[in-house]
Amino acid sequence: MRFNLLPIIRKEFIHIRRDPRSLAIVILLPIMQLLLFGFAIDMDVKNVPIGVLDYDRTPASRDLVRRFTGSDYFIQAAALQRRDQVEDLFKARQAKAVIVIPPDYAASLQRDPSTAVQILVDGSDSNTGAIILNAAQRLLTEASLERAGITDPPLQVAPAIWYNPEQESSHFIVPGLVAVLMMMICALLTSITITREKETGTLEQILTAPVHPSQLIIGKVLPYVGIAMVDAALVILVGIFGFGVPFVGSAALLAFFLLLYVVTSLSLGILISTVARTQQVSMMLAAMLTLLPSVILSGFVFPLASMPDVLQAVSRIIPARYFLVIIRGIMLKGNGFAVLWPQALFLVLLSVVLLAVSVKRFKTRLA
Amino acid sequence: MSAIKAENLTRRFGKFTAVDAISFEVEQGEVFGFLGANGAGKTTAIRMLTGLLMPSGGDAWVAGRSVRANPRAIKQVIGYMSQRFSLYEELRVEENLDFFAGAYNLDRETSRRRKEEILEQFGLEGVRRRFTRSLPLGWKQRLALGSALLHHPRILFLDEPTGGVDPLARRTFWDTIHDLAAGGATVFVTTHYMDEAEYCHRISIMNKGEIVALGSPLELKRQYGKDTIQEVFVQLIKSTG
Repeated sequence: MRFNLLPIIRKEFIHIRRDPRSLAIVILLPIMQLLLFGFAIDMDVKNVPIGVLDYDRTPASRDLVRRFTGSDYFIQAAALQRRDQVEDLFKARQAKAVIVIPPDYAASLQRDPSTAVQILVDGSDSNTGAIILNAAQRLLTEASLERAGITDPPLQVAPAIWYNPEQESSHFIVPGLVAVLMMMICALLTSITITREKETGTLEQILTAPVHPSQLIIGKVLPYVGIAMVDAALVILVGIFGFGVPFVGSAALLAFFLLLYVVTSLSLGILISTVARTQQVSMMLAAMLTLLPSVILSGFVFPLASMPDVLQAVSRIIPARYFLVIIRGIMLKGNGFAVLWPQALFLVLLSVVLLAVSVKRFKTRLA
Repeated sequence: MSAIKAENLTRRFGKFTAVDAISFEVEQGEVFGFLGANGAGKTTAIRMLTGLLMPSGGDAWVAGRSVRANPRAIKQVIGYMSQRFSLYEELRVEENLDFFAGAYNLDRETSRRRKEEILEQFGLEGVRRRFTRSLPLGWKQRLALGSALLHHPRILFLDEPTGGVDPLARRTFWDTIHDLAAGGATVFVTTHYMDEAEYCHRISIMNKGEIVALGSPLELKRQYGKDTIQEVFVQLIKSTG
């Protein structure tokens, strides 16, 4: 039996060409998501609306309020008279925090070395809440130091953040997005294109011809390897030129690892197609198995180290976890193969396991 | 050597026995009708004979090659047309032929020549650039048969090839089948149109996974004292429960 891939590849390209809308979605969706994520996910807090409940009404208390509203972090959204107004303010989402200055603020500053100012925070968005609290504490520390006449505190933090000195979210998001999107697109496209042949009965027709199942699958999947690589290149280019994400490492090395990752993702797609009977099911399975795990369990957004042991264990079978280390390492740190080979090894292992299970399932179905 | 030979061919799905130890032989150049009610096990049998499904017991030889030991070797010498239309609807007529010519490993020259021959033989020249989706069912069936013939298979498996096709188209379809058999091809065809059974050289009737009758239409009608295969069929299905 000859192992001729050409007719199958040619046919797959005809399918792709006949369906320009799907192709457009595949190419444009990642760019759109990148723009959305890139602009919307800004972990920095700026211009948070706050309420002010000043019981003291002295120059000292007004001075403290100005410290807040004069900073980049906060703007004053409301001046309150009574404490019971706080809840209405939070409920109406007009402010995320309220500073409460006690009636004897100025007087107490004179006689007492330590005076409390209360910050009420709307914790329904705990992430923003924590950032607000941080900012408020920083402002209050500055104020106390000034009051104590210390312009040059004895103990200072001298921060230096490497690889992303400005802490731009995009530097962190773009490589992560490449990992998530490639996984999703590859798994989705392959599982759908193979399931479609099952659904329409053409798979059976082909298998009565002298075509080996692996020949069919490789022939069908190869065009998508090309599409996925182009897609990844586009996202990375938009990241570099649109968001100023640095690219310190070797592009060729990244291309090599990307290819490896694409193969892993396609293998997952193939496995899904051996399970799903219809295109809809495979679409759902692909979305379920790729999107959330790649976002949540890969270290893309949430640090793996702070997860419970069970989730950390699960994350070990998430391909995006390994590719994230690779792409962040190459783009931001300029890592080479010497550092990244263990990640590559895991990707190879995952692909082998996924493909082995697929082949087994494929055979059982036919036997 | 017979073109197809089955010996106690059996397929079980869990506890259910879809095909229960059937045995028969089909000669070269014969049109063999494989009849049975829905769910009698016809399609399961055909899937085993085409190497799509592994038998659970017994064996069958297609062109002398065992479906158990060497299912792949069968594929180069058979043509298969499945119950439901299973060519690519979103490809043009000739693209479908090109693809299957490639799947059968025909070289460029041969595929081009065979494509033209098939288009002509099945009167599809006028629609070669049409999308397969847009063809009437009868035309699609002709295209499906044509694709199954690209590589000059010695043995043809047709699973209810005329389902849903109008009587005139069915008649032409059967003319083609007889032309093929006259040319030396063996045709193994399932149908549930009893009038079509009369066109076969020999027929077997299946019920609940077993072959309950086997012979030429004339022999069977004589044996059961009936005028039509339809009546023979009804009596057999009733008596075998």
